[in-house]
Amino acid sequence: MSIKFLAFAASLVFASAALAQTNQLQVNNAWARATPAKAENGVAYVTIQSPTADRLLSAASPVAKKAELHMMEMAGMVMKMRPLASLDIPAGQPVTLKPNGEHIMLMGLNGPLREGQSFPLTLTFEKAGTRTVTVAVEKPGAAGPAPQR
Amino acid sequence: MARNLPGRFVLVAVLLAGFAILGAGAFLALSLHDTPRGAAGTLLGSAIGGPFRLVDQDGKTVTDADLRGKWSLIYFGYTHCPDACPTALNDIAIALDELGPKRSAVRPVFITVDPERDTPEVLKAYVTAFDAPILALTGTPEEVAQAAKGYRVYYAKHPEAGGDYSMDHSSVIYVMDPEGRFTASFTHQSSPEEIAERLKKLLA
Repeated sequence: MSIKFLAFAASLVFASAALAQTNQLQVNNAWARATPAKAENGVAYVTIQSPTADRLLSAASPVAKKAELHMMEMAGMVMKMRPLASLDIPAGQPVTLKPNGEHIMLMGLNGPLREGQSFPLTLTFEKAGTRTVTVAVEKPGAAGPAPQR
Repeated sequence: MARNLPGRFVLVAVLLAGFAILGAGAFLALSLHDTPRGAAGTLLGSAIGGPFRLVDQDGKTVTDADLRGKWSLIYFGYTHCPDACPTALNDIAIALDELGPKRSAVRPVFITVDPERDTPEVLKAYVTAFDAPILALTGTPEEVAQAAKGYRVYYAKHPEAGGDYSMDHSSVIYVMDPEGRFTASFTHQSSPEEIAERLKKLLA
């Protein structure tokens, strides 16, 4: 076995590892809304994409005592917020959490979330395990993430 | 034949109920037709609104009479909701920005359905976070109930694990004219552009 062959084999291993990386579940566009001084609850949104079907089971962040998956439902004109036990991520289809739909409720904030700041958010998936993303804090009533900074 | 009778009766009843619903829908559609005055002065116009006595974010008493003289955009919500309520208030703020010089003719009003947690102090911190001069109102549970009743707003506490709770509530943005008459309404699905467009016509 020549050195050349070993180098070639090693490069194959690295290449496939890199390929596997992009073939894994990804969490992007993580953003949150700034909160008023005394707010107890905040909200965060992310986009999740996975090559294989998975399920978001839970969320956690050091900025709040707990983080829950929530869903806004409408019953006629009545708006209801309900915790979700989990959120299905279909294979190959991005799932975007956004205002007036599914969201991550940050309950019992340790302090206000200020525009321009960022904080870590850890999401746990049934198959992919955990992913920690950096959440950018936008304006209090922001409708979506700011363009790439 | 005789055995078919109850079935036929049910069919007729269902048809009648269907016509009644269609009629009500047509009535609502006509009432909300895009006239310059909106629904003001119609039967529906007088069915929404009414007297209330609440306090604002500075602890000052505000009644329905204090809202006269300006157009009001009234939204019932609660500050512990970081998802839908800020969206509605932000849509209002964006719509008002599009009104240009007429912006000052419209007053956004946020009335809490959660007086237990939404004290004037909490409301003040909340509304100052938005780019619009929002009048935020709270009161005793009875005072809030009276205001909500006038605007046909339903709300109820929904308990959650750990003693926390969220509020189920009607999500409607009401447009009241300077005489305090119901004129138009928007839902949380109305875009800021739609709201601005409608307001421009009403204010013209």
